[in-house]
Order: sequence, then structure tokens, then C-alpha cells
Amino acid sequence: MIPLPAEQLLNLHRVAPEVVLCVFGIVIMVVDPFVQAAGRRALGWLAFIGALTALASVHLAAHFPGRAYSDLVNVDRFSIFVHVVVIGAASLAILGSLDYLEGEGLQRGEYYALVLFATAGMGILAGANELVTAFIGLEMSSISSYVLAGFRRRALPSNEASVKYFLLGSFATAFFLYGIAMVYGATGTTLISGIQTFLVSLPPSQHLPALAILGLGLIFVGLGFKVVVAPFQAYAPDVYEGAPTPVTALLASAPKVATFALMLRVFYVSFGSAQHLWFWVIWISAVLTMFIGNLGALMQTNVKRMLGYSSIAHAGYILVAFAASTDLGIAAALFYLSAYVLMKVGAFLVVTHLGQQGERRLAVADYAGLGMKQPVLAACFSLFLFSLLGLPVTGGFLGKFFAFQSALDAKIVWLVVIAGINSVIGAYYYLRVIIAMYFWEPSQDYTPTPVAPALSAALLVAAAGTLYLGLLPTRVLVLAKAAADSLSLLSLR
Amino acid sequence: MLLLEHLWIILALPLAGAAINGLCGKRWPKSAVNSVAIGSVSLAFLAAAETVREFSHLAAAQIPYVKSYFTWIVAGPFKVDFALQVDQLTVVMLLTVSFVGMLIHIYSTGYMAHEGGYYRFFSYLNLFKFFMLTLVLAANLIVMFVGWEGVGLCSYLLIGFWFLKKSAADAGKKAFITTRIGDFGFTVGVLLVFWTFGSVNFGDIFKSVSGMPAESMAQMGILTVICLLLFTGAVGKSAQLPLYVWLPDAMEGPTPVSALIHAATMVTAGVYMVARMHPLFSRAPIAMLVVAIVGALTAFYSATIGLVQTDIKKVLAYSTVSQLGYMFLACGVGAYGAGIFHLMTHAFFKGLLFLAAGSVIHAMGGEQDMRQMGGLRKKIPFTYWTMFIATLAIAGIPGFAGFFSKDQILEAVQSGPHANPLLWLLGVVGAALTSFYMFRLVFLTFFGAPRYDEHKVHVHESPVNMTVPLMILAFLSIFGGWFAAPKLVGGVDHFTKFLDPVFSSYALPGAEVAAEVPAEAAATPATELLHALTGVPVIVGILGLLLAWWFYIKNPETPKRLAQKARGLHALLLNKYYVDEIYAALIVRPLLWLSTNVFWHAVDEGVIDAAVNGTASVARASGGQVRKLQSGNARSYAAWIIIGAVGFTVLLLGLLGVVR
Repeated sequence: MIPLPAEQLLNLHRVAPEVVLCVFGIVIMVVDPFVQAAGRRALGWLAFIGALTALASVHLAAHFPGRAYSDLVNVDRFSIFVHVVVIGAASLAILGSLDYLEGEGLQRGEYYALVLFATAGMGILAGANELVTAFIGLEMSSISSYVLAGFRRRALPSNEASVKYFLLGSFATAFFLYGIAMVYGATGTTLISGIQTFLVSLPPSQHLPALAILGLGLIFVGLGFKVVVAPFQAYAPDVYEGAPTPVTALLASAPKVATFALMLRVFYVSFGSAQHLWFWVIWISAVLTMFIGNLGALMQTNVKRMLGYSSIAHAGYILVAFAASTDLGIAAALFYLSAYVLMKVGAFLVVTHLGQQGERRLAVADYAGLGMKQPVLAACFSLFLFSLLGLPVTGGFLGKFFAFQSALDAKIVWLVVIAGINSVIGAYYYLRVIIAMYFWEPSQDYTPTPVAPALSAALLVAAAGTLYLGLLPTRVLVLAKAAADSLSLLSLR
Repeated sequence: MLLLEHLWIILALPLAGAAINGLCGKRWPKSAVNSVAIGSVSLAFLAAAETVREFSHLAAAQIPYVKSYFTWIVAGPFKVDFALQVDQLTVVMLLTVSFVGMLIHIYSTGYMAHEGGYYRFFSYLNLFKFFMLTLVLAANLIVMFVGWEGVGLCSYLLIGFWFLKKSAADAGKKAFITTRIGDFGFTVGVLLVFWTFGSVNFGDIFKSVSGMPAESMAQMGILTVICLLLFTGAVGKSAQLPLYVWLPDAMEGPTPVSALIHAATMVTAGVYMVARMHPLFSRAPIAMLVVAIVGALTAFYSATIGLVQTDIKKVLAYSTVSQLGYMFLACGVGAYGAGIFHLMTHAFFKGLLFLAAGSVIHAMGGEQDMRQMGGLRKKIPFTYWTMFIATLAIAGIPGFAGFFSKDQILEAVQSGPHANPLLWLLGVVGAALTSFYMFRLVFLTFFGAPRYDEHKVHVHESPVNMTVPLMILAFLSIFGGWFAAPKLVGGVDHFTKFLDPVFSSYALPGAEVAAEVPAEAAATPATELLHALTGVPVIVGILGLLLAWWFYIKNPETPKRLAQKARGLHALLLNKYYVDEIYAALIVRPLLWLSTNVFWHAVDEGVIDAAVNGTASVARASGGQVRKLQSGNARSYAAWIIIGAVGFTVLLLGLLGVVR
């Protein structure tokens, strides 16, 4: 074997997580046809091992900070942090899928391969230092997601979700691509750091080029679609409701984190000098997102759809931290995202289990009396809901707390007030589910099925993580702060 | 100094009790659940008592005694320790909460004996004790906030305890959401405190603020903003105008819960917090005035509602709201000591009133309507006598606990440094109303002829584990206020003197502590006593008693006639000024309407289609799921994206032109 040149080896190390994910994905794809139907479950475990290996290889990549492949990819503390959160979310989703697919008769290797490819795409998003690379990552994750959303082929809502997601996703992607083209036209580069250098080096008397700003607006459309902020959120409730629930768990968590990461890079680093402009875009979008998410969730009787709206609302809270445009704001956003992933994946996995075969039991009324029938599961779900609601000693509370704190620090008082009003509204619909679980008469026609070991493991990790972030947040905060610092180091401001 | 070093033990005990009962109680017999629940809170009380004993040996310089256990959160400059502290204010709260709480635990073993979910009830109750003690012992705002939210959560769980009752579950939800409105203000207040002082530790905050000058009436500075935000939290938690609406509904919960949470402890957290943060409030005169006005108005307003209620617990609920108003009134005029004093005596007599009411309900087999009672005096004498004592106390009859504390408050409002004749008048009229509705309650319940079917209802006195707590609280309702008694004969008010170090250490330079109004030079002990005994509060208290006697014993027909004559007013009071209805019409229903019609039907189901090509209704009418899939929503969703894209790019370019 010819030894690789040192430079190449170094580059490979820096993209180790993506390489690992893709290799495992390809192996699963190839092996799939040769595996008996009964043995397909093993492919799921293989995917899980793949995700864990990828997590371990993040550690490897972390030892080689710097740029790779002619500056296309960036390995810094920021990308490391995001990688861990994204791959962690994917691992939980895989664990939660094993028994779901079994029950639905959908146990197939391609499912897991797609999850791994999607995750690899998100990894690229998190580390991209160049917009076309980011575009490739975005598409990798999106196209896998379109297929995953329609994985329940015989169920109409799942088909609908897939088609809608595909049509609108392509539409939004076109905006993103067009935005990149405009930025390139204005600045002559697609490197995230290159754009920044160009904009900063403009003489102070000169306007920022309108073309670049126009491009920024269009980039926001493409990314805003993916992180689900208003007014690009409309597709999300349908897709989240129609997709198989473990897929929803993945879609509502990991891509948001990865895309937020890219958004932070583009807005803070590339367009840091235009902060006075994009601030208002973020501000308006945050307000709309919070209100649409919370008011939309208010009257939902379907828990899955309600959680879908709630994840819109949460994107709004993250934008509040984003709007702060400070190190503290970035750190708060990262902390919020990690807490969000844990509680959201956890909540959707509970819904996965309780949905039963064919996802029949999704109404709030179906949760009646769960507190008596399955106390541990109900307690876990309550924990996730309380965390989403923002009650102390949960990660969700500190996430909101730091987000609001950073916004207040930056004197964005009104946004915080609006966020506060929204978190009060939010209490209503989360509580309704808890009330149903504990205070309603259990329905007689339903006997609970025990939670499968893999799913319980995923739930326990999510619950423990939610509590950990609420009780002992310092370690993660330090990491988030370091990640934020590594980002603002790039931003020359 | 064993326990003072390990303050966390006081918290760990009830928490352990909650965990043990929550995890194992289901399979255990009631006696085992009892032993765990009562054992843990009794030990917590003993630990608290021992802590106080050790505390009393500390030198003045060591107070407040702060103990930090570990660093909890570090985020850049934001550092929070898990730290607890003890000072005189903590001592009062600690003893009150742990002792009254213990009595109510004991009482509950009798009251809840026949209820399902026995272990669950005690598990929640213990958990509540844990959070309440955390709140009281906290040495910084964040730990305090954890307790603050935690008691809210437990209150919600316990109000909805009878979860098969829809009204109970609704009441729980209402309480939780209403107090969250306040809690949001509190959260922002805490953030602003950190932003202003760079710390959330009480010690650090007070040290920095003591160097700051007081803000004036004309200027709305940062301290005023902070105090108003913090006070918003107190308004929610302590059920003041306009957020009081949850407390009367909270009476859906079991009666011991009403006694513990909605009378003696949790609802007073707001008062405690304001008193704790007094160095800030004292420098924010606008905020002080707001506190005093809200307190006085609430005291008067909810007393008027209490006049006509027929549910025995509802009367007590409005009475609690009203008494909490007095505590805020005291804080608002700078008489923090008097406010805390009333907090303590109120815990005794209001806790007793609720427990006695529970005993009445127990005896009547669940009946709460006073119109169906009457003549119970002879049948349940223990309950009658203890409740009568508590009524004398709350009415401010001389010699009973409430007399001393209420007198102090009204005196401070009348002649303290922040005296205000209008607020005083509200307070005095409120006191008269209080006396009236409380004696109305007693006369309707215990006097006259029985108005229930004596063949169906077998009235029986409660078991001994219920009557003993009643008697202990009755004792305290009489003597619990006597700390202040020597003052009447020219001596020292021991209670105020005890708290003085807390409230004077960060006082404004040159300002008097309001509770220590110097007696007039000419006053001799005898005239002082005479003055207090014949003061306006006492007179109106007795007036209320006589009026109630006239209405409900002498001429029982009068109330009906009066209600007929002033039908409008009566209906207004009976329906609690229609505030619930107004809130529903102004806030709740519009929100739900918006959610259903705009965000669900319009946005969600794609009415925006109509804006695009006017086919939405056609599509939906002829379509169903498949049609929707082919054409309907996807197009309207795309329209949203375009609207967003155009809007944001125009905004960006507009700003680019305008800003630069």
C-alpha cells in the first residue's frame, strides 16, 4: 500500500466523522440485499455502532484543528461541538427506530444508511468553510430526509410529507444557491472567511455591495427553511406529522443544529460587518417564529403535530440568542441547541412508542391516564415537556435563561419581553398533555405495551442529559463558550 | 455548629421522604407511608430548630451566615453557587414553614385517610416542603428561583390531586399559567439584577446597592425597573391584583393543601422575597408605592368579595388574598418587619382556619356550602372553639395574634415615614370587612338551627390526629403575637427587635426603620396601652363582629332582604366582579380564537391559497386528502417562502440605503 502523503492524511483526519458515517452507510447498503429479513435488525445496530464510531472519530478530528482540502472544511471547537450534538441526536434516533421499524414492517437497511448519509451531510454543514461545500452538505442531508420522511410508503400522510418536503425543500434550496451566486458575484469568493475579508477590507466610506446583501437575504431563505423559522415554517407541521415518528425526531433536531451552525458562520463571520442590517431580519423572524409556533400549537389535539409546532417555537427562542450577536449569544444558542436536541428527541421517541402500530394513537386523549399505567414513561415525558416549557432544573430552563440573558446583555429588551410572553403561552399546551397523563381517567380499551430495551436506553439517555444540563450545566457551557470563542476569533470584529 | 455547617440536611430530609414515598409508597401500608412522611418533616423541623439554636450563638459579624456547597453554574462572568444562608429573617421563615408544615402533615394523615393515592399525596407534600425550604434558605436569586418554581409545580400537582375532577385539573392549570406570567417578570428581574450588579448573591447585591443613592419619585431608574419586575413575580405567586384569580380556584385541592400551600407558606413567598430584597425596594420609591397600593387595594377588594361567598373555603381563600395584601401594604410603607410578623401570625391563624374548615367539611361528609350547615357548635366542639379563636385572631381582637401584627401594619401606614391616609383608610375598612365576613362564617356554620338533613348527615368530631394540630395552632393564634406585647406597656417589641439587624443593615443612610416609630414623648405605658386597645383597628374589628351578629344571629332575615334591595351590588360581589369572565373575554378567548381560526384554519389549512389564486375553498370542497396533496397546501406554503424572501430582501436593502 502506498502511504498517503502527510497532507492528505491530515485532511482525512479532519473529516474523519463524515468518512466513518459514509463508510458505514455504504457497507449497510451493500450488505442489505444479502441479509435475511429477520436479520435486518442487526443492520440497525451496525448503524448505531457506526454513529458511535463517528462520535469517537470526532475526538480524533479534534486533535487536528485547522482547515482541510484547500480551506473548504474547517475543524475548530465550534464544528466539534456541533458534530457531537448532531451525531448524538442521530444515534438516539437510530436507537428509537429499531423497534418502530420492526412494528411497522419497514425494517430495511436503506433506512439506516439514509440516516447515516443525512448525518454525514449535517457534519459537512457544521464544518463547512465554503458555501458550495455547505450546499453539498445541505443537499446530502435534505435528499436523505425527503426519502426518510416518506418511508412509510403505504401511509398517505407519510407520502404527503415526503412530496411536500421535497417540493418546498428544492424551492428553498434554489434560493440558497442563487444567494451563493450573488455573493460570489459581489465578492469574488465563496469562502466564508474570504467573504469576510472582502467586506471588511472595503473602505469605510463605501457602501456594502447591495448584491452581497441581496445574496445574504436569499441565503437566509434557504437556511431559514431548513431551521424552520417563519415565514418559511409552513411545511414543517405537515412534514413532522406525516413522517415516521423516529424520523421526525431526527428531522426536528439534528438538521436544525447543523444548519444553525452554518447560519452562525455565515452571519457572524462572513457578514459580521453587516450585523446592523441582518439584525432586523433575525428580530422579525424570531418574533414571527415564536408567535406562529406557540399559537399554532395552542389548539392542536394531535400530540405529534403539537410537538412539531413547538419545535418551530423553539427555533424562535434560539433566534433570540442569535440576535444578541455576541460571544455569549453564540454560546447560549449552542447550549440551547444541545438541550433542545435532548428534550425534543426524547419527546418524539415517547410519541414513537405510544403511537402504536400504524401511528394510531397520537391524540392528547390517547395519553389519558398514562401516569398510572406507565409511570416511568410518563415521568420521562413530563420531564421533556417541562424542559420544553422551561422549568428550572431542566436543560430547557437554563437554555432559555442564557438566551434571554445574552439578549438582555445586548439590550434587545423587547425581543426578550416577546419571548417571555411566548413562553407563558407555551405553558398551556405542554401542560395539557401532562394533565391528560396524570389527571384524566385512563381509557379502558388500551393496554400499554412495555417499552423495548433499545428505546428505553435512548429515552434514559435523553432524560439524564436533560437533567444533567439543568443541574450541572457548567461543563457543557464551558465547551459552548469555547466553541463560541473559536467562531468569534474568526470574525475579526 | 454541626447543622449550621450542613444546612443542606434540612432540605435533604423532606426530599428523601418524597423520594421514598414516591418510589415505594404504592406497595406500602398507610402506616409506613405516614411514618416516612411525618418522620422526615419532623426531623426537618428538629434540624431547623437546632440550626436556629446554633445560629443564636453566632456573633453579629457572622450574620448572615452563608454556606456555599458547590459551584453550580459558570458561564463567563455568570457564576452561581449552590449556597444557603441563615439570618434572622430566614430563622422566622424557617421555623414557621417547618413547624406549621409539620402540623399540617400530621393533620393530613387523618384528613386523607380515606382517599386514594395516599402515598402520592404525601410524596408531593414532602416535595413541596423541600422546595419551600430551598426558597427560604437560598443565598442567591437563582437557588431561590428554583424553590420558587418548584413550589409552583407542587402546588399545581396538589391542586389537581383529585384528578378525576375536571374542575380540579383546570384549577391546577390556571394556577400554573397565571403564576408563570408573574414568574416571567421575576426571571427578567433576576437577569437585570445580574446585569446591574454583576452577581446574583444576596450579599454582593446588597453590598453594591448600599452605595447607590435612592431613586426619586420623579425618576424611573434601573432599581425601580428591577423592583417592579420582581414584584410582578410576587403578584403572581402571592395572588395579588390583578393575578389573584388562581387562588380561589385552587381551593379545588384537598383542604390540608389549601392550609399549607395556599395560606401558610407558598403564597407568602412573594412577601418574603420583597422583604428579602428590601435594600433594593427601599431605594425605589415608585416601586414601593406600587407595592403599597397593590397591597391595600387587594386587601380591600378581596375582602368585599369575601362578604357574600357561600362556600366555606372560598371565603377563606379571598380572606387569604386580602391578608396577603396587608403584608404587601406593610412592605410598601417600609415596615418589612410588620409584614413578616403578619406573615407569621397569618400562617398560624389562617392555617388553623383552613384546617378547622377541613374538619367541618370532614364532619359534614364533604359539604362545603355554609347555607347547608348551621348549629354545629355543640356537635364538633373542638373544631368550633379552635376556629372561633382563629377568627378572633384574624379579626384583630386585642390579645390575639392577629391584633398585634395588623396593628403594627396599620400604625406604620398611619404614622410611619411613608404614611398615607388613603391607604390607611383602605386598610381600616378592609379590617372591618374582614371581621364581618369571618364572624359571618362562624355564625353561619356553628350557630342557629341546623339547615342540613340530620338523618342523612351524621356529624362527627374529627379523629385525634386532626384535632391536636388544631389545638396547637389555636395556642399559637393566641400567643404567637405576644412577642410584640411588651411594647404596649412601654417595653420592647421583641419581634421587630429580632429582625432589626436584617432590615437596618442596608437601610438608607439617615432613614429610620419604619417599624420603629418612636413613641410620642408624652406617652406613658398606660396611655400607650389604652391607645392601642381603643385604636381604630380594634373598634372596626368589634364593629364587624357586632354587625355580623346582628345580621346572622339577631335578624337572620336581614341579609336576604338586603341582597334583594341591592341586587346589582350583591350579584357583582357574588360573581367576584366578573373578573374571571373579563379575563376570559379579553385574553383567553382571543388567544384561542386566534389559534383556532388564524393559525389553524387559515395558516395551517391553507386559506392563503385564496390570496394566491382563489381556489382554496374549491380545492378543499372537491378534494379531500389526495387533492390537498396534489395542489392545495404546497403552493400556499411556497407562497409563504416567496413573501418571506421578498420581504426580507427588501428590508435588507432598505436598511442598507437608510442606515449607511
